[in-house]
Amino acid sequence: MNNETPLLSVRDLKTYFMMDEGVVKAVDGVTFDVYAGQIFGIVGESGCGKSVTMKAVLRIVEPPGKIVSGQILLKRKTANGEEQVIDLAQLNANSKAMRDIRGAEIALIPQEPMAAFSPVHTVGDQIVEAILLHQNVSRREARTIALQMFKDVGIPMPEQRLDEYSWQLSGGLRQRAIIAMALSCNPRLLIADEPTTAVDVTTQAQVLRLLRRLQEQRHAAIIFITHDLGVIAQMASYVMVMYLGLVMEQGPVDEIFHAPKHPYTQALLRSIPTITMTPRVNLPTISGSIPHPFNKPRGCPFHPRCEKFIAGKCDTRIPALQPIGEKQWVSCFLYHDGEVAA
Amino acid sequence: MGQLFLVPRWGGGRVTNHQTSQPSNYSTIKLLEVKNLKKYFPIRKGFFRKTVGNVRAVDDVSFFINEGETLGLVGESGCGKTTASRCILRAHAPTAGELLFRTKEGSLVDLAKLTRAQLRPLRSQMQMIFQDPYGSLNPRMTLFDIVGEPMYVNGVKDRKERVERVAELLRLVGLRPEYMQRYPHAFSGGQRQRIGIARALSVNPRLVVADEPVSALDVSVQAQILNLMLDLQKRLNLTYLFVAHNLSVVRHICDRVAVMYVGKLVEMANTLELYAAPKHPYTAALMSAVPVADPRIKTGNVELKGEVPSPANPPSGCYFHPRCEFAVEVCRKDAPVFREITPNHFVACHRADELRLPGIA
Repeated sequence: MNNETPLLSVRDLKTYFMMDEGVVKAVDGVTFDVYAGQIFGIVGESGCGKSVTMKAVLRIVEPPGKIVSGQILLKRKTANGEEQVIDLAQLNANSKAMRDIRGAEIALIPQEPMAAFSPVHTVGDQIVEAILLHQNVSRREARTIALQMFKDVGIPMPEQRLDEYSWQLSGGLRQRAIIAMALSCNPRLLIADEPTTAVDVTTQAQVLRLLRRLQEQRHAAIIFITHDLGVIAQMASYVMVMYLGLVMEQGPVDEIFHAPKHPYTQALLRSIPTITMTPRVNLPTISGSIPHPFNKPRGCPFHPRCEKFIAGKCDTRIPALQPIGEKQWVSCFLYHDGEVAA
Repeated sequence: MGQLFLVPRWGGGRVTNHQTSQPSNYSTIKLLEVKNLKKYFPIRKGFFRKTVGNVRAVDDVSFFINEGETLGLVGESGCGKTTASRCILRAHAPTAGELLFRTKEGSLVDLAKLTRAQLRPLRSQMQMIFQDPYGSLNPRMTLFDIVGEPMYVNGVKDRKERVERVAELLRLVGLRPEYMQRYPHAFSGGQRQRIGIARALSVNPRLVVADEPVSALDVSVQAQILNLMLDLQKRLNLTYLFVAHNLSVVRHICDRVAVMYVGKLVEMANTLELYAAPKHPYTAALMSAVPVADPRIKTGNVELKGEVPSPANPPSGCYFHPRCEFAVEVCRKDAPVFREITPNHFVACHRADELRLPGIA
């Protein structure tokens, strides 16, 4: 659908955690492209590797986690205006180059707004600090930018709020302040990691509306991570479904919700109660629970819970992510025979 | 296997038939009637800890739950839904109001007036399922201890009998009895929630208060727990007070729904009626804020501006008026009465009769 080069292109990314008890393959070969102006949704349950993928992109995976292989290609403009593609996986996580990208070009909206701010500095000071790090401006100019950000995200009495501490703000305001901080350096890619999990539905609606408006105005790309299928359906234009470190399926939002191909996506969509179904009937469930990362099943990670499991195939080989039709990609032997080379 | 539940082996005295009604056509016998419940938490200041004000966590709330039905209690965080449910269980002592509970023997008691000692024999009839399956199970106790302790406290001193009962309960909630000697850490979130349910059911409760029982679980496991709760309700004729904020889940499991805002009930009606034709602007806003899992249906049309007011310092008149797009003069001055506008549809809004609000589904 897009002929231009993607803003972010992740190729076969593997991030493992080398624990004393063994290796946890949190992200085990993930490939996707994000284009400018797109809202790219990543859905998955706990342990599927969605957050680790994003931490890898920002190069903030904590030890014993490590990027083992793969590429994280970011398209950027150099100082003299030339387009350049760099592989973030090759950079040193603490290098000047990476620090210049983190926060300025790729910003993160973390899940827990309370933990993201320091309680002993005012929110204003923390935003000003971020601006001073990345932009060549004076402290006074930085404060003006921070104030404008607060206005943009709709914080009432912004002047006064800048001088307050994070614990003085309500959940909704805190989430807005975090968004203001993330946007303060005009990032081209915004990663929102479960930005509304900690807030109420009405606040969630406000935050989602705000993110959508900012994306339209600034033409930034947003990677939106959540386990809430409702939020994904309303926000994203393109969706990637992950399970135990692998991509099960990806495609445009309408295809994912109305023509899901992978048995996991199908089962997941069936198992959530919707606003239109008959109440108090038994919901179709996915049997079993998510395996512990140490005893990940052999072959396709979903096969022990899959209804359409093919004996001798799904339990021995891992299906590759391959295109089905024009837009959708799926990793399942029901549709093709491609497998991941062992 | 269900036999043990129909005939309690201990206590209780008379045996009531618990298998008469189906949840879809639950009885109209009120198991619990809450009348003008208030719970204030004092705000203390200064050296002498003088009370300078009150946080009105629950402020004059009245509702009832029929035997065998599920009542949903919804609202945003801080609206008082958890405080209200804890008052019912008498984990909090209410500031004022009545909690009329129909006991197993058929007599009406006011839980609000009872002393701790008087409450004890009734505690087994009301149990709770907690939100966080990680925080609500003691990591140093085995499943047998966790599920068996309430029984022990309630008089089942014989270990062999407890082992039998725990095994039966584990089977009932879909766990293998062989797991009895294991510790909670060996179980996933969904399995832990099953353990919590088994513990709640171990003393044959009639009213089960479930405070956000599935919100901490993964999507694929939520459905399993919801199915289990519906199934158990049918088998054991349980009555649920289901406290939650996920409106899709509430719609799925509840017969009736009560909506709370800043310590007060704003609306209560049969689930489908409430969702299709809400009468209170707050309910309508809440409905419209639910993101529907279908990209072809766009939601979020009514944006609720501003913030939830503090229950320590609520606005005048109707607490919702500063955020309400339909507010008129009277809303600013007078608090609306919680009244029945059509049979079984209660609402606290001055303009409920004239407004036509959009619902969902």
